[in-house]
Amino acid sequence: MVKLAEWRGKDVFRKYGVPLPRGRVARSPQEAEALTRDGSVPLPCVVKAQVLAGGRGKGGAVKFANSPAEARSAAEAILGLEFKGERVKELLLEEKLALSKELYVSLTLDRTLRLPVLIVSARGGVEIESVEDAAIDRQPVDPFPGLTGYQKRRAAGALGLSGGAAKSLDRLLEALWKLFNGEDAELVEINPLALVGDGLVALDAKVIIEDDAAFRHPEYAEIRDDRTPLEEVAREKDIAFVQLDGNIGVIANGAGLTMATLDVLQEFGGRPGVFLDLGGTDDPKKVTEAFLLMARAQPQAVFLNIFGGVTRCDTVARGLVEAMRQVPEAERFPLVARIRGNNEAEGVEILRAAGITSIPSLKESAQAVVAAAGGRR
Amino acid sequence: MSVLVSRDTKVVVQGITGHQGTVHARQMKAFGTAVVAGVTPGKAGTTVEETPVFDSVREAVEKTGANASCIFVPAPFAKDALLESVDAGIRLAVIVTEHIPFHDMLVMYHYARGRGARIIGPNCPGIASPTGAKVGIIPNVVFRPGRVGVISRSGTLTYEIVNGIKEHGLGQSTCIGLGGDPVVGTSFVDALPLFEKDPDTDLLVLVGEIGGTAEEDAAEYIHHHFSKPVVAYIAGRSAPEGKRMGHAGAIISRGKGTAKTKVAALEAAGAKVARFPYEIPDLVAGILPAGSRS
Repeated sequence: MVKLAEWRGKDVFRKYGVPLPRGRVARSPQEAEALTRDGSVPLPCVVKAQVLAGGRGKGGAVKFANSPAEARSAAEAILGLEFKGERVKELLLEEKLALSKELYVSLTLDRTLRLPVLIVSARGGVEIESVEDAAIDRQPVDPFPGLTGYQKRRAAGALGLSGGAAKSLDRLLEALWKLFNGEDAELVEINPLALVGDGLVALDAKVIIEDDAAFRHPEYAEIRDDRTPLEEVAREKDIAFVQLDGNIGVIANGAGLTMATLDVLQEFGGRPGVFLDLGGTDDPKKVTEAFLLMARAQPQAVFLNIFGGVTRCDTVARGLVEAMRQVPEAERFPLVARIRGNNEAEGVEILRAAGITSIPSLKESAQAVVAAAGGRR
Repeated sequence: MSVLVSRDTKVVVQGITGHQGTVHARQMKAFGTAVVAGVTPGKAGTTVEETPVFDSVREAVEKTGANASCIFVPAPFAKDALLESVDAGIRLAVIVTEHIPFHDMLVMYHYARGRGARIIGPNCPGIASPTGAKVGIIPNVVFRPGRVGVISRSGTLTYEIVNGIKEHGLGQSTCIGLGGDPVVGTSFVDALPLFEKDPDTDLLVLVGEIGGTAEEDAAEYIHHHFSKPVVAYIAGRSAPEGKRMGHAGAIISRGKGTAKTKVAALEAAGAKVARFPYEIPDLVAGILPAGSRS
C-alpha cells in the first residue's frame, strides 16, 4: 500500500474539489518564514510535520505561528525531528481557521460485507478508536448505484448538520466517493473535518492507495514506504522480504506457510530474523537471487521450507545449489532444507547430489535449524 | 457427491495459452478433470495439448458445454474475463490470478452474485475433490479420497495440511482454497453450508490466518449452524502485531483479527484448534467416526 503524506493527500483532495485551508509545503525554516511573509500562507497559521504516523499534535509535531518569525522558529523546532521512527523533512503550513465543530469522515472497505463503508462521527479531532460505537455511524455503499442521496442525508443527520452545512457535506461526500474509486484508495479519511461558518473544510487528509492497482496509477510509483535497503532490493525482484531481529533466516513460499514456519520455529526456541517469501515461481534464478539476498542479511542459520505447487521442488533445488556455489566461503551459513510437494523426488535427489539432506518432517526440520543457530535463545 | 465440483464438471481455462494456464490445464487433466476448452482472444482455432481454444467464453460454452471456468488471465484483464464468463452462463469461476485490485473484485463479486454465479478466489489455489474434479492449481499429489473436508485462506499451507492428512492414512472429500485477498468470492461463511450439506464430508478442517475477521465470522456460523466436528489451525501466532490499515480499519475489526481472538472464537464454537500444522492429522483421527477413515 502507498500511504500518502498529508500534503500529497491534500493534492489529491484538491483534484476532486474537497475544500481545504490555504496552505503550502516548506522544506526549510527560511521557506516557512518567506511563505508567511509574502501572504502565500495567511497568518495565524499552523505548522505540521509531514510524517505518516498519527498523534502529531500530542507528539510536538504540530505548532502554531502568529508571525513570520514564529513560523520560522516553529519550522526550526519540527524539521529534523525523529517522530515515531520517521525523520521530518517536510512541513505543511496552513491558515488557522475559526471552526465551530470537528467531525470525522472516512471511506474504506468492509471485508466481511464485501462493500465499501462510509463512516462518520460527530466526535472528530480525536483518535476514532477512542470513540464509542454508539457515536459512530456506518453505512455500506453498494458500488453499483454508488453513494445515494438518502445515505448522504443520513450522514448529515449523524453529524448534526443541516441547511448550508448539509449541502456542503453532500458535495464533500460525492467528491470522496469519486476519489475512493478513481484513485483505487483503500482508505480516505478526514479527521478532523472542520465546520467553518456553514461550510466544511478538510483539516487533515489520510489517503492510502492500493498497491495492486499500481498498473493504472503510475503517478504513485515514486512514493515508497520506509524500507530497509535489502527490502528495497527484494521488492525490485518481487520477493517478499521482511527483517525482524532474530538470527534464523527463513525462506518459504506463500504467506500462510511462511507464518506457520515462524510459529513452529518460535515454539522450539528459535528466533526468526529475516523471512523471505518466494511466492510462486518456476525460475531457478529467482531462487538463487533469494538465497544471495539472504546471505547479505548474515543469518546464523537458514531454514528453507518449500511446499511445491506452482513452485516445483526441482526448481528450488537447482536454484539453491547454484546459490551455494556463488556464496563465498566466508559468508556460508548452516542450512536446513525441507522440500515437499510437486517434483519432490527430483528436488531431493538434486540436493542429495550437492550434499544437502532434505528433512521431510516440519517438526524435525525446525528443531534442526534451531540447533544449528545455536539452540534455544 | 462432493462440494461444487463433480465428474460432470467441464472446465474452460481462460488464459490457457499462457505458461501457467497451459501447465495447470495439463495438471487438471492428469487429476481426471474434463478440461473441455481454453479461451484466449485472438487464438481461436488453435489447440493447447489437444484442448480446443476459442476467442470467447460464449463460444467455448456453446461448442463444448463448459460449465466451470478457471481464470489465469493477468490482473489488469481479470475483471473483464470474469464478467465475460458470468455473461456466458458459467456459474462457478475459480480465479487463480493474484494482485487483482479490490475495487475490481468488488464489482466482480456483486455482479456474479446478482446473477447466481459463484467465484472462488481471487489469488487462490481453487477447489478439488478426489472423487470429483479439480478446478485450480492444488498439487495432485496431496490428495487421497476420504471424508475430511478442508477450507483454507492459504495456498501452500493448504497443500502442506492436505498432504499431512493423506500421509496419516486419511483422505479428503473436497478441499477449497479460498484465497486471502481483502475481497474474496467465497468466504468461510459461504463455504460452511456446502460442507454441512455434503453427505461425503464427516469432519471439516478450517485453516485460517491472522488479519481480517473471516475466522471470527466462521466461528459464529459454526456455533449456530454447523453440526459436524471442526479442526482448525490459525497461522501467525508468533507474528508481531501487524501494521493496521489506518484507523478506519481498526474500528471495523474492533477487538478481532489477532491469532488469540480467532483461536478463542473457534474454541468457543466447539472447534479443536491445532497449535501447529503437524498436530492436525492426529486431532482429525481422534475425532473422525470409526468407519469413515477413507
